[in-house]
This record gives sequence, C-alpha cells and structure tokens, in this order.
Amino acid sequence: MHRLSSHGSRAQPLHGMWDLPGPGHKPVSPASAGGFSTTAPPDIGKKLPLKLVMICNNLINYTSETDIDDRYGDLDSRTDSDIPEIPPSSDRTPEILKKALSGLSSRWKNWWIRGILTLTMISLFFLIIYMGSFMLMLLVLGIQVKCFHEIITIGYRVYRSYDLPWFRTLSWYFLLCVNYFFYGETVADYFATFVQREEQLQFLIRYHRFISFALYLAGFCMFVLSLVKKHYRLQFYMFAWTHVTLLITVTQSHLVIQNLFEGMIWFLVPISSVICNDITAYLFGFFFGRTPLIKLSPKKTWEGFIGGFFSTVIFGFIAAYVLSKYQYFVCPVEYRSDVNSFVTECEPSELFQLQSYSLPPILKALLRRETVSLYPFQIHSIALSTFASLIGPFGGFFASGFKRAFKIKDFANTIPGHGGIMDRFDCQYLMATFVHVYITSFIRGPNPSKVLQQLLVLQPEQQLNVYKTLKTHLIEKGILQPTLKV
Amino acid sequence: MTELRQRMAREPDAPPEDKESEAEAKADGETASDSESRVEAVTLPTSVDDTPEVLNRALSNLSSRWKNWWVRGILTLAMIAFFFIIIYLGPMVLMMIVMCVQIKCFHEIITIGYNVYHSYDLPWFRTLSWYFLLCVNYFFYGETVTDYFFTLVQREEPLRILSKYHRFISFTLYLTGFCMFVLSLVKKHYRLQFYMFGWTHVTLLIVVTQSHLVIHNLFEGMIWFIVPISCVICNDIMAYMFGFFFGRTPLIKLSYVMSGYRCFVCPVEYNNDTNSFTVDCEPSDLFRLQEYNIPGVIQSVIGWKTVRMYPFQIHSIALSTFASLIGPFGGFFASGFKRAFKIKDFANTIPGHGGIMDRFDCQYLMATFVNVYIASFIRGPNPSKLVQQFLTLRPDQQLHIFNMLKSHLTDKGMLTAATEDE
Repeated sequence: MHRLSSHGSRAQPLHGMWDLPGPGHKPVSPASAGGFSTTAPPDIGKKLPLKLVMICNNLINYTSETDIDDRYGDLDSRTDSDIPEIPPSSDRTPEILKKALSGLSSRWKNWWIRGILTLTMISLFFLIIYMGSFMLMLLVLGIQVKCFHEIITIGYRVYRSYDLPWFRTLSWYFLLCVNYFFYGETVADYFATFVQREEQLQFLIRYHRFISFALYLAGFCMFVLSLVKKHYRLQFYMFAWTHVTLLITVTQSHLVIQNLFEGMIWFLVPISSVICNDITAYLFGFFFGRTPLIKLSPKKTWEGFIGGFFSTVIFGFIAAYVLSKYQYFVCPVEYRSDVNSFVTECEPSELFQLQSYSLPPILKALLRRETVSLYPFQIHSIALSTFASLIGPFGGFFASGFKRAFKIKDFANTIPGHGGIMDRFDCQYLMATFVHVYITSFIRGPNPSKVLQQLLVLQPEQQLNVYKTLKTHLIEKGILQPTLKV
Repeated sequence: MTELRQRMAREPDAPPEDKESEAEAKADGETASDSESRVEAVTLPTSVDDTPEVLNRALSNLSSRWKNWWVRGILTLAMIAFFFIIIYLGPMVLMMIVMCVQIKCFHEIITIGYNVYHSYDLPWFRTLSWYFLLCVNYFFYGETVTDYFFTLVQREEPLRILSKYHRFISFTLYLTGFCMFVLSLVKKHYRLQFYMFGWTHVTLLIVVTQSHLVIHNLFEGMIWFIVPISCVICNDIMAYMFGFFFGRTPLIKLSYVMSGYRCFVCPVEYNNDTNSFTVDCEPSDLFRLQEYNIPGVIQSVIGWKTVRMYPFQIHSIALSTFASLIGPFGGFFASGFKRAFKIKDFANTIPGHGGIMDRFDCQYLMATFVNVYIASFIRGPNPSKLVQQFLTLRPDQQLHIFNMLKSHLTDKGMLTAATEDE
C-alpha cells in the first residue's frame, strides 16, 4: 500500500525526540514547528483554552460539514510521524532532593534521583510485606486502580476526548463492576466461613453472577444512551480502550491476588525475579553492552539480556531457599473466624521441605559432593525465573511500542525519575498469568475453598447425599476413622 | 471482498491530491480539501448487489421498493427453514453451526477494522488475528469439552494429557502469538498495529465469549438455546411490524409446546456405551406440568380456577422480557457502530439483510443473560462434578472440607446422631 509509505516521507524530521532532556535542550514538537497555536500546555486543568482555540481554527478553515469524528478519527489513518507529540508534563522531583543534589551535573543528578527512588520503593515493599497479606492485597488494588487511571488518561489525550459526555463516569463505573465481579469470585471462596454467618452476604454470594451481570448491563445501556451524534466513533474508541485496559490491568491484578493467597512466596519470588531481571539487565548492559537487542528499545542489548537471565536464575534460586524456611511466606492465607484475621500457619507442604537430590556426574565432579539437599520449590523457581527473564521483557517491549505509537515518553509522572506506575509494572504484565497457570497446572489441583463453597450452595438433600458419599470414600481410604457406637 | 478491491483501485488517485494539501496543512492547520479527501477515503463505497439471478429474474417486473421487500421476505423464510432443519439434525450440528457463525462474525468485524484503518497490508496482521481466534477457541472448547465429555477424555491417553495441562498449553499458544505481535512491530506503523491488536481483542471478547455461552446453554438442553434465540428473532420481526408487546405471546405458546418433548428438554450427554450424544433423561421438575392457582382478579375474567403450566413457561416470560427490553440495546450498539464507521451493513453475505453480524446483533447480550440466569436460578453446581473435584484434593484438604460440611449440616439440623450411623 503505497499510501502508507508516502505519508511517512512527507513527515518533518523530528529532532532528538527520544533523547533524555539534557541541560537547556527541549524536545521539539511538530505541533509547535507546524504552527499549531499551542498557547498552553495540555495539562488537564488548562485543556479548555487549547481546545477552543483549535476548534475555532478549524471552523474558520473549512466550510463543509464534517463530523468532529472524522477529524479526530482520521488520526488513525495517518502514520505515526504525522501525529503531534504530547508535550512532557512538569518535573515533579521533590524540593528536598533538588537542593541536596544541586551541586552535581545533570546526568549524575538523574542517576541519583533514580537510585534514591528505587531504594525507597524497595523499602516500601519490604515494609508492606512485614505488615501482612491483607495490606499486600490493598497495595495490589491501589496499583491496579492507578495503572487503569494512567492508561485511560493516555486515551483521553490521544483522542482529545476529555470532555466526552459521561465517559469518565462510565470508565470508572466499568472498573468498579469488573472488580466487584472478580473480588466476589475469588475472595468469597476464601471467606466461606465468614460469609456463612451473615444472611445478606449469603444472598449476595448465591446470586453473585446475576448481580454483576446486571451492574455491567446498566453500564452498557448507559453507554448506548450516551451516544452523541457527532462523536460516535470517538465514543466507540473510548469504549474499546476502556475494555482492553480492563482486560489487561484487572485480570492481571486478580491473578496476582490469587497467587498471593496460595502463599506469599508465590507472590514475592516472581515479582522480585522480574525486578532483579530489570536491574541486572540494566547493569550488564551498562558495563558490557554492545549488540542491540531489538529496534523497539534501542537501549537494550544482548549482553544485558543474557547476563540478566543468568543472574535472575541464580537470584531466584537463592531467594527461594531463603524464603522457604519460614511459615509466614510458605503457607496459604486463611481467614480464621475465631481470631477474625488472616493467619498463615500450617504444615508446610512437601514442596517446602528439604529433600536430598543426587547430583548428575558432571556436577558431582565439580562440587565434589554426592547429594545436595534442596527445597523442591527451588526447582520451580528456576522455571519462574527463566520465564521472567526470557518472556517478561516482551511485556516491556509491548509497553515501549505502545509509548512510541502514542508518542509519549512515560505513562505518567507519578514517580520522579521513573515515570508512572505502569512503567514499573509493564514487565510484570505476563508474569502473574504465568504463575497462576503454572500453579493450577503443576502444583495444585482445584481450589479447595471453592469446592467447599460450592458444596454449601447445594440443596440440602444433595448436600446430605454428597456427605454420605464422601464419608464412605474417606473411611475406605483410612483418612477418617469410623465412629464407634457408644 | 469486492468493496475492498474497488477501494484499492481508487487509492492511487488519492495520494497526488494529498501531497499539495499536506504542505499547507502543516502550515496552518487542517484545510477543507485535506479533510474532504479523508472523509471520501474513509466512507466505504456501497457494495455490489449480491442477489441471486433467480430471484432477480422472478421479481423483475415489480417496482424496486416491493422487490426489496420480497427479497427480504424470501430470505427470512429461507433462514427460518434452515434453522428448523438444523434443529432436527441435533446438538452436534448446532454446535458446529454456532462455531461457523462465530467465525463469520469475527471475519466481518475484522474486515471492517482493516477498511477503517487502511491496514490490509500490515505485516503479519491477518495471520495473527486468525491465530488469536484459534487460541481463544481452543481454550474455551477445552474448558467445556472436558467437563461434558469427562469419561471419553479419561479413556484416551493423549486427550487426558491435553486436558490435564490444558490451561498451560492454551497460555503457551497465546504467548507465542503475543511475542509474534511484539516482534512484528514495524517502525512507522506502531499505532496502527496497536489499534488492530486492540480491535482484534475486543472482537474476540464480544464474539467468542458469546458463542461459547450459547454452546453452554445448548448443552443444558436444546430448549435453552431455541427459546431465547426465537425470542430475539420474534421480537425483531414483531417490533418491525407491530411493536414489541406482541413478541411475547407466541413464545409462551412455543415453550409450552417444546416442554413436552424430551429431545428439547434434556441436557446433552455423551453416552460411553453407544459412543454418541444422547438426549434422554427424566425431565426435571421444571418441565413437568403443575397446577397453579390463578389470582382472584384474573379468575373472574377467564372463568378458570387453576391452570396447568410448565414452570419453565414462567421462566420463559423472564427470558422474553429481557429479550424485548434489553436486547434492542445490542441492536442500538451495532447501529451506533455502523454510523461511527460510516458503513451501511456489516457485510453483504445475505442478500437484502446484510451480513451475519447484522442478524445477530440483538442476540449479543441474550446468550450471556441466559447463561447467567441458568447458573443463578435454575441449577446450582453439579454434585457429581464436585465429588470428582473433591477426590483429586489432598487428604488433609479432604478432611478439612468434610468436617466443615459436617458442622454445616449439623447446624442445619439435617444431620443427627441417628442418621450418622446409617
């Protein structure tokens, strides 16, 4: 299709859009070069004057009645280089840091800010782990909402649809519905005992799917009713954008929470593997990097990739060894009604008990030992770390491609020096699903709490029948001792 | 694909005009000629007339308006007759028809996406879209098939392994597609490629989940498939002619008639001995005639004291109410979509009617509603399936669940010392 390439050749050269801003260097925006009247940066609060100016410009410039749709919608048909860049947001580094680092040159200053923020995030992470599973769950929920917000905001800016009727309300409403549905499905299983006591909760659980569906339908009907004549296409785009964002962020975060309930180690080891891979790949690339890896991310190198792979596997192996010793990390989370809180106490499963493995001859000669005692979980951790280093980066490339496609440098500016929350979590994207699939396929069978919950929902006669069947089975297997008649 | 070829023939004309206007566009915002040429390119030309020659000749003397009406009418009757034939052929054929309809709808919506974004030649993209469709279908079919054909699956060794690691295999397949997508990102077309990726996923979400819910409903009993679909079709036709109230009465009669026959009412099961699907069972309470007392008001009007009905007919009132009140929103959604992308029909598969998607847009929400309705109000979880799942748990988990169940039953008073000893 020659049309596509001919567009590209007419584009103006974009100077240094991907360079980090050095001293006194501002990224050039084709918008200002081309004479668009950008009187104000498009911060949310100052959006209105810019939009009015643009609309007035366009109204004066042509007489035919065209949908506003076509003007904005046609953005899609052009190639990337024609689209004006969204100017970077203001610098949000706290004043304290700025004063402390004022003496250094700009490049080192950047490095220091990144470093300090990294350490801050890691310590925050440790603090929350200390506080327990419930806090972790709230943290995951908070991150999910923030990621959703960031991606939706990008959608608004791309389509300049901030003022579409109802749309902001509908996006948040859909987020609420989907979260309600997922939390009902997962959390209700784990709180079976708590839920049994309250009558209203019982009703909500029994008809959960119906209620969630009704809520979603209400949102859907509101969307259809809110379709406005000149903005059909924009509204459909935002509808689709919201749904894809929900698919990405909400499903992942709920899988993370399910992994968390399986045992905190299933949450910590994967996430730290990805973080470790990020950091070690960066360091290896910094010191030894020579061959570029992929055009999407010019800063990534093969040396970094391979070095990161080996360091992550070793790190995962050691971390698994350290964490497997503690019940706090290894036991599934349970809600005890007597204590009214979450407890992590149990008999650790075989996966977390030291076992002797005989070494293959090569390693025998190397290490001069016959056997080695390992936790079986460490073998699994090798699989998890391998995935984190080989496939995890694809999530990062996906996010890089996304940022290039929409000409943004970072998803948002929440964390100074690092960008938005989404920037930090893009590699985690596929990890959560992988761990969940791994657990369900290789580690455990069906979820016991779910089986119990479904049993409790049956009709009383069915329950009695099932009870009798189970009793016979358990007595046969010798798990249950037959009761003695007194 | 005739419309696409027509468009591509016009393409070479468009760029030369754009060149001059583009230069001005950069200078002082968009100009009229620029946006005009864009509007022109975006609007899809009307498709070629696909009416078969036979019909054309037969109706050649009528005026154009009546001809259109007749073509629509004849095709409607043809589709309804086709529907009856398939019902006669049985659940397996129905399942395959549902799958074909799903693939055709997916194809139609994806083609619209190509046309909108002029992205027909994006590298890899057509392959990837079909690949994702295959993956998601594999995942869903694997989940349903394993449940219903448990015995068959357990017998064959390769099937057993496939079913045990089903989620892992599906995830790996999807991942491969995802990595291929990332590797196929081309420098100048990032945004287009992301749009098509998003478009494919939303289409999959809409089309594939709905069709699998339809198949779930089908396995509950053919009546759960036929009554909702006829509700929507009836509502469509009646609303077109008389307004939506009249849509409901024929359906109550239809459900009365259908509740009498086992082949419609029984869940589809795979019979191990005969190696085929059977629809034979003891009809549940829902499908047995019961006496209902008519409230006093209506008693005086009709003159009867009681009436014999199937409980299912009461459910069918709920289903048809949903079909008439909320179903049309699916139709409005599709109309909005067509206006947004300036197309008259989704495709031109059925002469006089448009594409397959045009016929199925109101069905969109019906399948999900029926599935949720069945899961919430009709049947609970399957006890035998629960016992199976129980048997795969670890012994300590089994004991824990057993004790919880025991205390629950004792609380309810269902379990006393006497029954314990049986």
